[in-house]
Amino acid sequence: MNLKQYFADIFNGVKSLATGMKVTGGYFLRHHKEKITEQYPDNRDTLVLAERFRGEVVMLHDENNEHACTGCTACELACPNGTIKIITKFDISPEGKKKKAVDTFIYHLELCTMCNLCVEACPTGAISMANTFEHSVFDRSTLTKQLNKPGSKIRAGVE
Amino acid sequence: MYRETDIIQTIPGTDEMVINVGPQHPSTHGVLHLVLTINGEIVKKVEPHIGYIHRSIEKMCESLTYRQFIYSTSRMDYLAAHTNNHACAMCVEQGMGIEVPLRAQYIRVLMDELTRIASHCLWWGSIAMDCGAVTPFFLAFREREMINTIMEETCGARLTMNYNVPGGVMADIHPTFQQSVKDFVRHFRSKIDEYDELVTGNIIFQSRLKGVGKLSKEDAISYGCTGPTARASGVSCDVRKHFPYEIYNQIDFKEITHTAGDSYARYLMRLAEMRESMNIIEQLIDNIPEGDYLAKTKAVLKLPKGEFYSRVETPRGELGVYIVSEGGTTPYRIKFRSPGFSNLSALDHMTRGHKIGDLVAIMGTLDLVIPDIDR
Repeated sequence: MNLKQYFADIFNGVKSLATGMKVTGGYFLRHHKEKITEQYPDNRDTLVLAERFRGEVVMLHDENNEHACTGCTACELACPNGTIKIITKFDISPEGKKKKAVDTFIYHLELCTMCNLCVEACPTGAISMANTFEHSVFDRSTLTKQLNKPGSKIRAGVE
Repeated sequence: MYRETDIIQTIPGTDEMVINVGPQHPSTHGVLHLVLTINGEIVKKVEPHIGYIHRSIEKMCESLTYRQFIYSTSRMDYLAAHTNNHACAMCVEQGMGIEVPLRAQYIRVLMDELTRIASHCLWWGSIAMDCGAVTPFFLAFREREMINTIMEETCGARLTMNYNVPGGVMADIHPTFQQSVKDFVRHFRSKIDEYDELVTGNIIFQSRLKGVGKLSKEDAISYGCTGPTARASGVSCDVRKHFPYEIYNQIDFKEITHTAGDSYARYLMRLAEMRESMNIIEQLIDNIPEGDYLAKTKAVLKLPKGEFYSRVETPRGELGVYIVSEGGTTPYRIKFRSPGFSNLSALDHMTRGHKIGDLVAIMGTLDLVIPDIDR
């Protein structure tokens, strides 16, 4: 009885190994049909990233170089890492009224954790997340960016 | 005794010696430092030394507002970021008395279960790798990649999602979400059978795990183990069943328990959980109700003075979030009860008398994530 069990164990053991090898062997024969590895730097032209992918914060500008940022600093307050710093100025409107406006929108990409809280906080939808991801640079000072383009101004009608 | 800087130190008068495993060791899955007292190959004592990846997230949270602190909990158990965020969001909602829309509850549960499958997939690959098989790791990552793509489409990130906000979820599901999840479940149903063929039945794998690292029901309770680790010992402790949150009380699913309590039971436990998660997903995916995905909340959240506690079932066990509020915009104190910390405390008890090679297998079945232990 013990001897019988002994050989049965050996047989079942070898059988279980063969079952596993069958799976591996199957992949060996048909691996060329189901390649899932992406050859990243080579496939940059065809690479499709999810449209919601959070890569960096950008400020949306239209064709007239106008944005919707009022300089209310809601994003600056919402940011958990101190990534955003807004320097405001006072614009004088044609009627002679003083109005607060954004002078420099500073964004520290090196501090950002892409949590999307600033975009959620923005009351006018001025900023959004872009799905770029190749942020490697040689000098970290270039990661501190000014998001409002030079010469841009607030779009008329945005309060 | 011994100095930690010495790699190997003998204890005078005995045959025993002290060796260090880690903090940089591939089998510890992170910066966990184990001080082993061994006699030949036999492990006499295991002393886990933690703290190498301590980032003081609890202290950090005290200076963040109730909207802001949720993102940092993605960095605790990074394989189950969604469940961590879920627990925090639920605790704030409980304090504020916010009613979460039904649609958001469905989305949250779906995401939780997808996270559970993704986390268990990674665990399945790494336990096989700990026992010496490299192929399963690639198979598991193939399936995990599909879930990561789904997360990327809907949440906007692959690991640190930050998709839960107090009151619901940050964005509505992507239009292709339902189809991609259905495709994934169909794909995974056939692949999980392949997992069984490749690893579960394997005689070498079975003899590495069966009867190794036994944890009795009483010990599992006294060490405070939760999750698959405790359920493999026969402790019925599924938070989804016993303290149902969101819509778990309306879902038909089984709480899986095993009684053997050894490493193999813990292995079977997690495979069965993946199948059960797929059942939950199939029940919900076609029935997501229409409506808001985010409840209207005030711009500044202020929790009333008091103490709030919420818990969820993460892939590793019970995660508790305890907030003490003084009535301001930031918490006075936050405590996270992480499942990994309690499960790790049972390691010494489970490993005594086994070989060093078994230590690696036992640690693998505990499914430790070190940043979750250290926080």
